[in-house]
Amino acid sequence: MNESLGDTGLILNDPLLWEKGKKGRCGFSLPRRDVESAPLREDLIDEGPDFPDLSEVDVVRHYTRLAQWNFGVDTGMYPLGSCTMKYNPKINEKYASLPGLAGAHPLMPADLSQGALKMMFELEEYLTEITGMDATTLQPAAGAHGEFTGMLLIHAFHVRKGASRSKIIVPDTAHGTNPASAALCGYRPVAVSSNEDGILSADAVAEVMDEDTAGIMITNPNTLGLFEENSKEIAEIIHAKGGLVYCDGANMNAVMGVVKMGAIGVDVMQLNLHKTFSTPHGGGGPGSGPVCIKKHLEPFLPVPRVVRDNGTYVLAEDYPESIGKVQAFHGAFGVMIKAYSYIRRMGPKNLNKASQLAVLNANYIKERLKGTLHLPYDRPCMHECVFSDKHQAAQKIATMDMAKRLMDYGFHPPTVYFPLVVHGAIMVEPTETESKEDIDQFIDAFKAIVNEAKEDPDLLRDAPRSCKVRRLDETTAARKPCLAG
Amino acid sequence: MLYLPHTREDIASMLETIGVDDLDGLFSTVPEDCRFTGDLNLPEALTEWELNDHMKALSDSMATFPAYKVFMGAGSYEHFIPASVSYLLSRSEFVTSYTPYQPEMSQGTLQAIYEYQTLAARLMGVDVATASHYDGAAALAEALLMAARITKRRKVVISSLIHPLYRRVVQTYFEPTEYEVVQLPYLKSGTTDFAALDDMDDLAAVGIQSPNFFGCIEDLQAIGEKTHDKEALFIASFTEALAYGLLKNPGSQGADIVAGEGQSLGIPRSFGGPGLGMLGSRKKFMRSLPGRLVGLTKDLDGKRGFVLTLATREQHIRREKATSNICTNNSLCALAAAMYMASVGGTGIRELARLNYDKAEYLKAELKKAGCIISFDSPTFNEFVVEFPSGFEATHRRLLEKKIVAGLCLAPYYSELANHYLLCVTETITKEDMDTLVSCLRSCFQKSKQA
Ligand SMILES: Cc1ncc(COP(=O)(O)O)c(C=O)c1O
Repeated sequence: MNESLGDTGLILNDPLLWEKGKKGRCGFSLPRRDVESAPLREDLIDEGPDFPDLSEVDVVRHYTRLAQWNFGVDTGMYPLGSCTMKYNPKINEKYASLPGLAGAHPLMPADLSQGALKMMFELEEYLTEITGMDATTLQPAAGAHGEFTGMLLIHAFHVRKGASRSKIIVPDTAHGTNPASAALCGYRPVAVSSNEDGILSADAVAEVMDEDTAGIMITNPNTLGLFEENSKEIAEIIHAKGGLVYCDGANMNAVMGVVKMGAIGVDVMQLNLHKTFSTPHGGGGPGSGPVCIKKHLEPFLPVPRVVRDNGTYVLAEDYPESIGKVQAFHGAFGVMIKAYSYIRRMGPKNLNKASQLAVLNANYIKERLKGTLHLPYDRPCMHECVFSDKHQAAQKIATMDMAKRLMDYGFHPPTVYFPLVVHGAIMVEPTETESKEDIDQFIDAFKAIVNEAKEDPDLLRDAPRSCKVRRLDETTAARKPCLAG
Repeated sequence: MLYLPHTREDIASMLETIGVDDLDGLFSTVPEDCRFTGDLNLPEALTEWELNDHMKALSDSMATFPAYKVFMGAGSYEHFIPASVSYLLSRSEFVTSYTPYQPEMSQGTLQAIYEYQTLAARLMGVDVATASHYDGAAALAEALLMAARITKRRKVVISSLIHPLYRRVVQTYFEPTEYEVVQLPYLKSGTTDFAALDDMDDLAAVGIQSPNFFGCIEDLQAIGEKTHDKEALFIASFTEALAYGLLKNPGSQGADIVAGEGQSLGIPRSFGGPGLGMLGSRKKFMRSLPGRLVGLTKDLDGKRGFVLTLATREQHIRREKATSNICTNNSLCALAAAMYMASVGGTGIRELARLNYDKAEYLKAELKKAGCIISFDSPTFNEFVVEFPSGFEATHRRLLEKKIVAGLCLAPYYSELANHYLLCVTETITKEDMDTLVSCLRSCFQKSKQA
């Protein structure tokens, strides 16, 4: 290959915050004191928190150096499967920090908050349309929070029917948040296995579905990057026994304008705005996990709801069957603005195009790497493809070694060891915003690494060599936890 | 479209490699009867220029500081954010990275969150703080569930002076569980009446907010002791993190778990979110904590480094047996808080918090002089409850026309508190603003007397 992306750079060390600074420094312009000091009961106070005192320059250098030890989508390709690390448009950031939006108090009267409410109302409409559902709540703060909200809605639905059910079906390919969200709502997850094609068969679902089962949580496209082809039939089986279908919509990026989940039997689903709708992941959040539902679940949606009344927007509280609230206020409004702006910039055709190109990129990688890496399910994939380290077993090279070596080549590794049904999984999700050249470079890097595995495997075992640190001792970190300095 | 880099030639050659004829052919595994064939009914794409105008119009319609003088906190506070914090926070290496699953490539996020955990733990007075939660309300709900898991008991008690919307979130989280939530009433002094604890048994936890929803500072020490007598866990909650720049922290007064909202620490109000759920505990309960934790370790060369740790508590390992379902948290908000705490510093945060206290005391005194009643006599931090003359609603509306928000009406949350308003003063409110509020109130009262 040509010159690799990965190179060395000047990386500066910087100590921990409290190892820097000097008492008496301040990096904050304290407002003028224009009132006198008032009496304060001495027993209420002590010496205050033990924070270091730093100058503005201390703080700026510190975080600038830390930033340089990090890798983001803006640095390079980040094909982390299941995470949809697409480009985060810069204009969205600008809108989220507009003073009227960033400075808005959540409890201001509705007539003084029309812009925010209009945006939320319209975003709900857009998401409802994209998913083919009937209504949307924007309140949940992330994907898992949306799953939990969805479980609460399902629970409320069954309670109203007079019989709360105790179980829920969760396939073995599901993300860990699915069973955890179900359990948080008091449901016992019942596992079903995917078939030899990597998807659910209707028979497997029919076997476990009964009248004590609240429904099914199904990720579509699933975490193997495959479309659940039997989803309609599965929904019929679930509905016939009075259950509901929850769809984990974290992978919606594959099917915008291609599949409307509302039309294939889904009753409730969440979207991850921090995946499909381009909002940045911020090193772990904040996200936003709107929940879209069909009519029969609408009475249970969280409050307040944004309602349009004669051209003005109001916050309506009067829903006696509502599950209540999952966030103190309206959810991650600042994140919603970015998703809204993304949808407005893209329009219907480009959203559909984005899904097509995401699927194109993933299938291209699958085709070009399948001779190099083991491909457990050799079928057309959606937005991501899952390989394994089976071919490297002979060289005693594991997925993790290849992942670490990719860093030296200047790429963030794919998701590794997930989904659990593939041993040594390597889950690649390029997203639509990677160009063919960048993808070719990634493929070449992976091929070069697989070659190195044969010829000089220590290069992989020793990797990475070009990051701020080498491999870290995670065992000791967990055995003798040091969580604060 | 500028976010989609593929040229026609790229697409053609990639399709050829894959062996399908057109983009539609990529979706052959989607059964015909699952396909949507129409066009999505969404507004047509806008250019950046067009969208600028649209977004500006949305923003301009909002009533916000500084055009409006907002004497309203109630869980969302206006504080100055240093330009350096907003600037550093926009570094795209922080903004556009994922959860730090690959530590060698994420040392920036990891060290920053480790530092956040440390400063957050010092602020709350606990041994361990998590990497963040969705918001203060969700953090409180998770803390109460955690206590129920640790004690294996079914009843949790919370003060009626915990933020009403937080209590609503707690109710929602607890509704499908086998646990019961009981509320404690409040006293005339504006603090929690915990006498009823004497007659309660088999408690998992007692949850108290301080400063409470009325802004009053609770006697955490006393409630903590009573809670421990009952062998329950003591959970302290807060909505105004800045208070602990001045007040004794909850941990030093016996709290076992502390959960609250960190929005005040460098995070814009943003119509209520995203905020920062802060959660921490004594070391003893570390392995029962929900959410992500960053720990210190070494690399192969013995160099200092950081990793996500104690993952066996989490959903991706334990699935339904995890301590929580949380995955994505509010990492960038935690980073903002760390930058803010580092910028303000130990000396600065104390001065800043004291300024908040002093300003609120000034307004209290001026309102008293104008004939208003300060409803509760317990000490407060930067919020307090005022009882205005009856029919104050109309005055409140008239003040809104003058771009003054004279606090939050409490009647919808506490029906017994007609004409009571919760007012807030932070360092962003000047003496002049307060004097304007008081003189407007005076003239309104005057007019209504004459009328
Ligand atoms: C398939 C799937 N479901 C659910 C989630 C959970 O979403 P979040 O991290 O926003 O809670 C994720 C992402 O981590 C996911 O990939």
